[in-house]
Amino acid sequence: MMDLGYNTLLVATGAGLLGIAAGVTGAFLYLRKRSLVSDAISHATLPGVALAFIFMVALGGEGRNLVGLLGGAALSSLAGLAVVQWLTRRTRLGEDAAIGAVLSVFFGFGIVLLTVIQTLGAGRQAGLETFLLGSTAGMLRADAIVIAVGGALTLLACLLLRRPMTMVSFDAEYAATQGLVPARVDMGMMALALAVTTIGLKIVGLILIVALLILPAVAARFWTERAEVVALLAGVMGGLAGASGAVLSALAPDLPTGPIIVLVAAALFTLSLVFAPERGVLAGAIAYMRFRRQVHMRQGLLALAHGHRVHESYSRRLLGRAGLIRADGVVTDQGRRLAAWAARDERRWSYLRSRPEGAALAARYDGLTPIEDLVTPDQLRALDDAIASDGAGPQARGRVPEGRS
Amino acid sequence: MTQAAAMMSPLPSEQASAAVPLPLKVRGMTVSYGATPAVFSADMDIAPGAMTAIIGPNGAGKSTLLKATLGIIPRLSGQVEVFGQPLDRVRARIAYVPQRASVDWDFPTRALDVVEMGLYRQLGLLGRLTRQHRSLARDCLDRVGMADFAGRQIGQLSGGQQQRVFLARALAQGADLYMLDEPFAGVDAATEKAIIDVLKSLKDEGRTILAVHHDLSTVPDYFDNVFIINRSPVAAGPVATAFTETALQSAYGGRLATGLLDQLFPSAGPAPMPQPFPTLDA
Repeated sequence: MMDLGYNTLLVATGAGLLGIAAGVTGAFLYLRKRSLVSDAISHATLPGVALAFIFMVALGGEGRNLVGLLGGAALSSLAGLAVVQWLTRRTRLGEDAAIGAVLSVFFGFGIVLLTVIQTLGAGRQAGLETFLLGSTAGMLRADAIVIAVGGALTLLACLLLRRPMTMVSFDAEYAATQGLVPARVDMGMMALALAVTTIGLKIVGLILIVALLILPAVAARFWTERAEVVALLAGVMGGLAGASGAVLSALAPDLPTGPIIVLVAAALFTLSLVFAPERGVLAGAIAYMRFRRQVHMRQGLLALAHGHRVHESYSRRLLGRAGLIRADGVVTDQGRRLAAWAARDERRWSYLRSRPEGAALAARYDGLTPIEDLVTPDQLRALDDAIASDGAGPQARGRVPEGRS
Repeated sequence: MTQAAAMMSPLPSEQASAAVPLPLKVRGMTVSYGATPAVFSADMDIAPGAMTAIIGPNGAGKSTLLKATLGIIPRLSGQVEVFGQPLDRVRARIAYVPQRASVDWDFPTRALDVVEMGLYRQLGLLGRLTRQHRSLARDCLDRVGMADFAGRQIGQLSGGQQQRVFLARALAQGADLYMLDEPFAGVDAATEKAIIDVLKSLKDEGRTILAVHHDLSTVPDYFDNVFIINRSPVAAGPVATAFTETALQSAYGGRLATGLLDQLFPSAGPAPMPQPFPTLDA
């Protein structure tokens, strides 16, 4: 903490608040499937930054005032957003095409303006290119405060709008019957994205801010099936990425802040992708392997019960490891017992599934769950009695005799 | 108690409607997609405390009529009065059950959360969701037979179960007018029974039900009134008087299976072939 210093702490606080605001806002954008709109918004800020600089210089100022530059950024990204909306609503272009067009045109225009500024007054260009990738070097205390306050206000707005945004994202028609106007809620959501983008320009930069909006949200989605928890977790992860990224980039000289923050967010995403319970890749693989083992065990036991040879090597390994068959394939006593048990379970199921009165229970047949786990001992006894009295009935006759393939 | 009086007659007379405003009154509604009218010049009166089916052929504007009435899609012209007031004044008294297709199934939300969305309007932007709210939501799930699935993500439920959850969300609102868009489309028999039982119990409580319905064979069993539409209204009134072979044939044209007509109107004998009228879009 000693060598971090007051300035780093200030920057880390600002970046943390920005990260929380970006995470929560991004969660709602993601739920509304509008994440990429924020990419158009962020790239559309560049001409605004450049024009604001030119304007402020023309007025005789220094041109570096952060609030002035961000104001310009907000205005031009608003124009970009309006063009995206117009193209999507009034023409046959899809939103993806509209985003692509607006993003590249505004960004290209911004780069041209930056070049013009460079040639105009070489000494005064004020490092506008740091808005591309973000930088905290030489950040003023006032700048950090602007960012922190902006982040906090955005967060507050998210809190207010969380239910309307959730409702519109899930079921816009129903939301409309509840007196919400989906188009207006969407506009509010876009305003939040615009706010996050603008206040994030200084720290993360316009090229990468979209990552801070998307990554925490998709990472959070792995952990929960509830929208409000997605938003909460995304906020936590975004804040973590923002604060720790800012500190990391301050530790080593010349490390750019924005990319480091994004890498931390990417690390959180990767961890979630792999390790999240239920939805994670690892959990999925484990569940699949367990299922495969159960299927092979069951099929192996039924084959033994019918006196078949077990051909599949995985089934044989499983049965062998459990001590149900010997290495030469001969069934052990234990194997015979379990095989008989599996065959009986299968008989109970097939009896149940052939009767209309068993339909409710039969719906839960998955070929693996023993029926004993689903019914009471009394019910089981009644079932066995019914099978016994029905034993030589039509069901049994059509069967392949046991022991033959 | 004047409401009870109005409930006696299937369609209230003019003086009854003057005393108690109708749950729903639509006048001169036209809805278009671009320059193509989907619903043209529709008047609709919905009787209180009864179940009314909106029926008509595919593309007749049944869902459009319902959605435009609720302000989900804009209308080109026309007036809507709900309980004698403009729609925005009485939102709390209307509950809507959408067609299942309108929802994002991968959305991170559980059955119970969906039902709680029925309470968001009365909670406002800042209201806290209390334990009472949660138990009310659970009761609503229970009423549609879905209590065991409260914690299930909505996309992991079967189509019929999803439909029941949406009905529970409407129940949570405690509305007086229920508007449902094809509640029985693509659901299993158990769900159909569960839904119709709930709707009938709502009716017994004096509430009004209006449903877009596609299965003509169940209309007499399920509903008191029909509103038959083919872009413009064709017939409206109690099932006994308005749900006639003539009305159905003029709405559906040749699209009705004669077997179904025989089944619905057994005494009428073999249904005559619909007369080929010259129509503009034929």
